[in-house]
Amino acid sequence: MFHQWKNKVWLAALLLTLCANTAYAQLNIFACEPEWAALTRTLAGDAANVYSATTAQQDPHHIQARPSLIAKVRRADLLVCTGAELEVGWLPLLLRKSGNAKIQTGQAGYFMATDHVSLLEKPTVLDRSLGDIHAAGNPHIHLDPFRVQQVAEALAITLTTIDPANKNNYRENLQRFNLEWRKAISQWQKQSEKLRGKRIVVSHNNWVYLEHWLGLERLAVLEPQPGIPPNSKHLAKVLAQLEQNPADMILHASYQNDRPVLWLSQKTGLPVVGVDFSPSDKNSLIQWFDGVLNQLLRTES
Amino acid sequence: MLKILPLAVTTAILFNSSPVFASSETDAIQQQLEAIKKEYGQAINDLENRLLKAEENAQQANERVQEVTVKLEESKTSRPVSSGQNSFNPAISLVLDGQFASFDNDPEDYELPGFSLGNEAGLGEKGLSIGHSELSMSANIDDKFFGKITLAFDEHDGETETELEEAFIQTLGLGNGFTLKAGRFFSEIGYLNQQHGHAWDFADAPLIYRGLFGDQLVDDGVQMTWLAPTDTFLQLGAELLGGNRFPAGGRTSGIGAWTAFADIGGDIGIEHSWQLGLSHWQSDNIKDRKSGGHAHGGGEAETPSFSGDSKISALDLVYKWAPNGNPNNQSFKFQFEYFDRDEDGNVVMLNSGPPLETTSYDGDQKGWYAQAVYKFKPQWQVGLRYDWLDSDNRGSDADVLAEAGLDNEGHTPKRYSATLEWLPSEFSRLRLQYNQDESYEETDHQLLLQYTMSLGSHGAHQF
Repeated sequence: MFHQWKNKVWLAALLLTLCANTAYAQLNIFACEPEWAALTRTLAGDAANVYSATTAQQDPHHIQARPSLIAKVRRADLLVCTGAELEVGWLPLLLRKSGNAKIQTGQAGYFMATDHVSLLEKPTVLDRSLGDIHAAGNPHIHLDPFRVQQVAEALAITLTTIDPANKNNYRENLQRFNLEWRKAISQWQKQSEKLRGKRIVVSHNNWVYLEHWLGLERLAVLEPQPGIPPNSKHLAKVLAQLEQNPADMILHASYQNDRPVLWLSQKTGLPVVGVDFSPSDKNSLIQWFDGVLNQLLRTES
Repeated sequence: MLKILPLAVTTAILFNSSPVFASSETDAIQQQLEAIKKEYGQAINDLENRLLKAEENAQQANERVQEVTVKLEESKTSRPVSSGQNSFNPAISLVLDGQFASFDNDPEDYELPGFSLGNEAGLGEKGLSIGHSELSMSANIDDKFFGKITLAFDEHDGETETELEEAFIQTLGLGNGFTLKAGRFFSEIGYLNQQHGHAWDFADAPLIYRGLFGDQLVDDGVQMTWLAPTDTFLQLGAELLGGNRFPAGGRTSGIGAWTAFADIGGDIGIEHSWQLGLSHWQSDNIKDRKSGGHAHGGGEAETPSFSGDSKISALDLVYKWAPNGNPNNQSFKFQFEYFDRDEDGNVVMLNSGPPLETTSYDGDQKGWYAQAVYKFKPQWQVGLRYDWLDSDNRGSDADVLAEAGLDNEGHTPKRYSATLEWLPSEFSRLRLQYNQDESYEETDHQLLLQYTMSLGSHGAHQF
């Protein structure tokens, strides 16, 4: 008899813990990358519970459709992702397995940042011999503050559509964000004036928007083709090229294998700037941009 | 106040001084006036300068704001949406696969004592051959449905066979975590079964898959899954299947087989993730399931045919690790599956006799495999696998059982495998695999060199 009761209590406790997290009335937002999680947190404030599927230490091209992610998408009211095929290797599977109608392609809860801005480097030839290229253009738009602002405005509209009750909240947050963001942009512009015209070597071609914004000149990419790890033959070619035409620094995202970068730095004496490609979960976008710029400027002094 | 003070002082001086005093005094006053004038001029100049500077700054700030606005306007032109006849074509992907195989024993002699082999079970061809080429097309049909078809091309005895491997539709967000699938699909029994062969970490199926399913369980039917609204991944599902295909069999007018499954999974910290699954397959009215018997040369082949009930229960566990949860540079995967099959009925040897050889049959077969794969560099991966099977089959006529391949001959099949893979990109793979295969008494040493390439649209792989 006692055992029977014990089992029942256990079962009830198990069910309770499983359901405990469903009790909130907040919006559940699933962001594919930390930059969109940070932006969404700023715009939604307390109205939403924002989860980031990846961290700054993970390559968003190569994430596995883990059970935990499927469970998160199941309960999401809104997806905020980059789009332009960046998440093509995992997001479609999460959507199909989720059984969640709200966030399917084309629904109000399906927000792709690259749908709201113009993209650079749209390839004219689509051929896999050119590496893992994105047909829609380069998706790494979050390194351009102007595009981020456009995404913010579109995202605020989407939030209002999904959750009209908190309309004022989203409008006020957007206004505050716009104000702070514009102020920050003019400060960054001033700060980064000395970076204009700097020549850089990058490990993966994911800095286009930063180059465009700050006026950096990309001399070489360590990957022979996008998504293909650097090999010794290509590195030797880059080295020869740099001897002819020296660069100022080597830039790479901290989630990438840093061995080729360190090798090149040793050979050329160029400073290496290893940047977190996305904010950490505690940082706001402004803090993260500040950090990136400071890292770049530090090579100057 | 400060400005008034010197003025007051000057007027006081001017008024108090009497003209009686000599010109030396006027001189002094004039000098003083000059000094004051100079002082004032300086102050005014300073002020003017400051004003100019302020104006300049204001203009600069204004320019900057304008610059920001212009840039915003510039990048506002949204992405042009491509249009044209083919923009709604389904995603097409093609998998090309080929291998060189070297076996010590004749692959025709292959058997798995205690298991009657059916479907695609076997070793494949010796030497150079193309393997399993696949063409698949998939797309969202509308906002409610997704559809996919996969055609597989195989070469058997010099003839190219085309097989409809998958052809299903699936609901997109039925809501509340429900998903419905209908058509022909890979059953969710076990872990590896629902993955395409080219996504496996070894060139061949685990022995237990070979023994029970003839490599993989595919059937026609409907599948319903429900995902719990919890932070921990919890999925429950069931399939109703036609039961016409191995390891079921026979024409049934209704549901020939069914499955039920439950999966639970999650992350531990940021670097570890896991999934545990339980599943069950059952077919209660199998009629005339044909399989390959114990080969013995000469005469027309006698084919064993099973009729009766069959139940399979499975447990699967997958664990993955990647530093910082970033599997691109380095990762580790461990996977374990256990299967148990219970069968009850009778076996008839077709083409035997007369009279037809027949026996009652009470089968108990089980097996497991464990494998680990380690990606130690972005393009390199090694793997190890161990297979183990056992069976305890009984029947009224031991000789007929033996002829049907259901006598384990006192042997427990085992296999040791190792692989080395080179992955030039996510679309190509070269694999070298070695098996020490103890499926039957005579140990076989097998060496496989395999390429697997995928062309076309970028498919997503399951966990």
